[in-house]
Amino acid sequence: MYLANSRAADQATRRVGGTPRWHRVPGNVLALGVVSLVTDISAEMVTAILPLYLVLGLGLNPLQFGLLDGLYAGSTALLRLVGGHAADRWRRLKAVAGIGYGLSAICKLGLLAAGSSVAAIGAVLAVDRAGKGIRTAPRDALISLSSEPETLGRSFGVHRALDTFGAFLGPLVAVGVLWASLGDYGAVFVASFCIAGCGVLLLVLLVKDLRPGAASAPSLSAGEAGEAREPVPLRTMIGLLTIPSFRRCCGWAAALGLVTITDSFVYLALQRRWEIESTWFPLLALGTTGSFLILAVPLGRLADRVGRWKVFLAGHAALVIALLLICGPATSNWIAVVALALHGCFYAATDGVLPATAGPLLPEHLRATGLALLQTGQALARMVSAVLVGLVWTVWDLRPALIATTVALLLVTVAAAAFKPWEVKR
Amino acid sequence: MRKLLLGLLGTLVLVGGGITYVVAARGGGPAANAQPVVTGEPITLSPGTVLFRNAAAGPAYGQVAALAAPGAPRKVADLQCDRFAAARGTGICLRAKPGSLPPLSEVLVLRPDLQVRHRQTLPGTPSRARVSPDGKIVSWTLFVTGDSYAATGFSTRSGLYEVDTGRLVKSIEELPVFVDGRRYFAHDVNYWGITFGADGNRFYVTLGSKNKTYLIEADYRSYRGTAILENAECPSLSPDGRRVAFKQKNPDSTWRIAVLELASRRVSYPPESRHLDDQVLWRDNTTLLYALQRGDKGSDVWSTPISPTGRPALLIPDATSPAIA
Repeated sequence: MYLANSRAADQATRRVGGTPRWHRVPGNVLALGVVSLVTDISAEMVTAILPLYLVLGLGLNPLQFGLLDGLYAGSTALLRLVGGHAADRWRRLKAVAGIGYGLSAICKLGLLAAGSSVAAIGAVLAVDRAGKGIRTAPRDALISLSSEPETLGRSFGVHRALDTFGAFLGPLVAVGVLWASLGDYGAVFVASFCIAGCGVLLLVLLVKDLRPGAASAPSLSAGEAGEAREPVPLRTMIGLLTIPSFRRCCGWAAALGLVTITDSFVYLALQRRWEIESTWFPLLALGTTGSFLILAVPLGRLADRVGRWKVFLAGHAALVIALLLICGPATSNWIAVVALALHGCFYAATDGVLPATAGPLLPEHLRATGLALLQTGQALARMVSAVLVGLVWTVWDLRPALIATTVALLLVTVAAAAFKPWEVKR
Repeated sequence: MRKLLLGLLGTLVLVGGGITYVVAARGGGPAANAQPVVTGEPITLSPGTVLFRNAAAGPAYGQVAALAAPGAPRKVADLQCDRFAAARGTGICLRAKPGSLPPLSEVLVLRPDLQVRHRQTLPGTPSRARVSPDGKIVSWTLFVTGDSYAATGFSTRSGLYEVDTGRLVKSIEELPVFVDGRRYFAHDVNYWGITFGADGNRFYVTLGSKNKTYLIEADYRSYRGTAILENAECPSLSPDGRRVAFKQKNPDSTWRIAVLELASRRVSYPPESRHLDDQVLWRDNTTLLYALQRGDKGSDVWSTPISPTGRPALLIPDATSPAIA
């Protein structure tokens, strides 16, 4: 019923006449997208030069930092929950997101101030990640609250496309700054800070804060809706899982995350299979990003039309096909290109589509908390998956590990499709 | 309207500040050399010459240099490197390729007159460089990102090049190794810091995996290796082939020099106990050379006897990558 309605609504809006597509994307979503674009330029600039800076600029040994990585990823996931909950508790989505963006901006100067102290650099990198963790959920909640429920997929698609474009530009800007400053790493950090500062400024000035009052979601009882005027207590986070449709969404997203293979394994397999020069290795990630960038908006729109959960599952099917191509017998170079395109397609069909699916299932005043819960569950599941694949790889080899994951992913995707969680009343 | 003005003003300040800093950084380097240098005099890899990488601030920063006589100004060559090593008339210069992101490194194999004989571009950031005692094999280690499954982690890749035959091994990661008598497999294997013996066949290297490091003794021709010691990195084989100097990790994650006597498998400690992160070099069978970082900026080359009764001494101020041709 809902599906039929949304399709009709979408067709109706498309018929509205000659207005170009962009004009129908809510201003707040565009503003948030531009903030993410600018912030990602700043972040990727630093990521790109960090190894050079540590090794050649400071004479440090990067292996001293690499080992902390798993810990970082875990703490980011938890901070996402904290950010989401804080935003809902004080009903300050924009302010909490702003704190996250601001923290990361200051860290760019912090890197310069940290000098060559390993502990200080480690701390600055940790705070930078914390900023990223804090801002994600309130930002996604703002996107979802700024759009009509019927066009959420497109809104998230537009945001993810802009975000990815920023990540694309970051290393290029870093090269430009290094060239202009005659190889001064400090200049890259300062430029990165200035760009991040512009991002914060854009957020403060262009993004409209939304303070959802009482709950409007039909799935909450009157009593729970009344609570929304009070600060949100911590237990509501668990309480959200009593909403059946949201619980199923979280459960299936986590289950799929558990059998989703990490990017680096995909690239390693591609590199081994096609014996790609290691100089060209970074181009593989670029292939995925490019395809993600191009497909994010069309697939978001498609999700609005045919159903988001269907597109979400189709994305996983695309990943299955990509993995089958990588493990399969064909060795043509085109197979590698198609596999990468499908890998990007997987991201375009899942990354923004999942919050677009879950958003309408959640009461407005708990949107950030709910999205944080959903994405944290998915992220933790993917971390477990990386460890599992690593183990299988150690015991057997990369190819058996890939095949095992592919089979598991296929089974879970089929199961998710068979249970049809999208048919529940929203 | 006020918001628009504020926004424009803020953006202007930020963008202006950024551009000002970048432009100021252009002229940032000091115009004079902190250590006096002599340019234009040829440097050759003649036996016994002590060479190094000039780390004194100034226009000659990073250039390969040689000490003419103790106290005399250093001669610098028109060759910029991040890591340098030499032996038997062969040199290796490792340097980050400017303007490449993700980083690429250039491996330059040098003739006795420091002219480039072979050039190889590989992904990564320079870490270690060595030439085998017979001058026939150059080896290197580069830091690379995005290689491991923890997407943002670092890893290392070590390779070598046979100067006479032109055979290139981009990475020795396929080297079969045995730990405690069993073939070792892991998805996070990293190698760093290769050192060759006088026969140009026996070599030592660090294997890092699962938060442990091992000293690997390996045979180049049969291409297999065995772990002979745990917690040992960046080995360096003595000229007589009897000892391996390496850096050992302390409980507080700093490193110190240690020396393994191969016959007895006994580990001893030279009188240098300060934190060091370098692949040391044997000056002779009883003396080690290494770079020590000095505070926030700068680095000096020191020398220490391996016997615990001696004392470390400052050999070359503002220098890294000591090498003996």
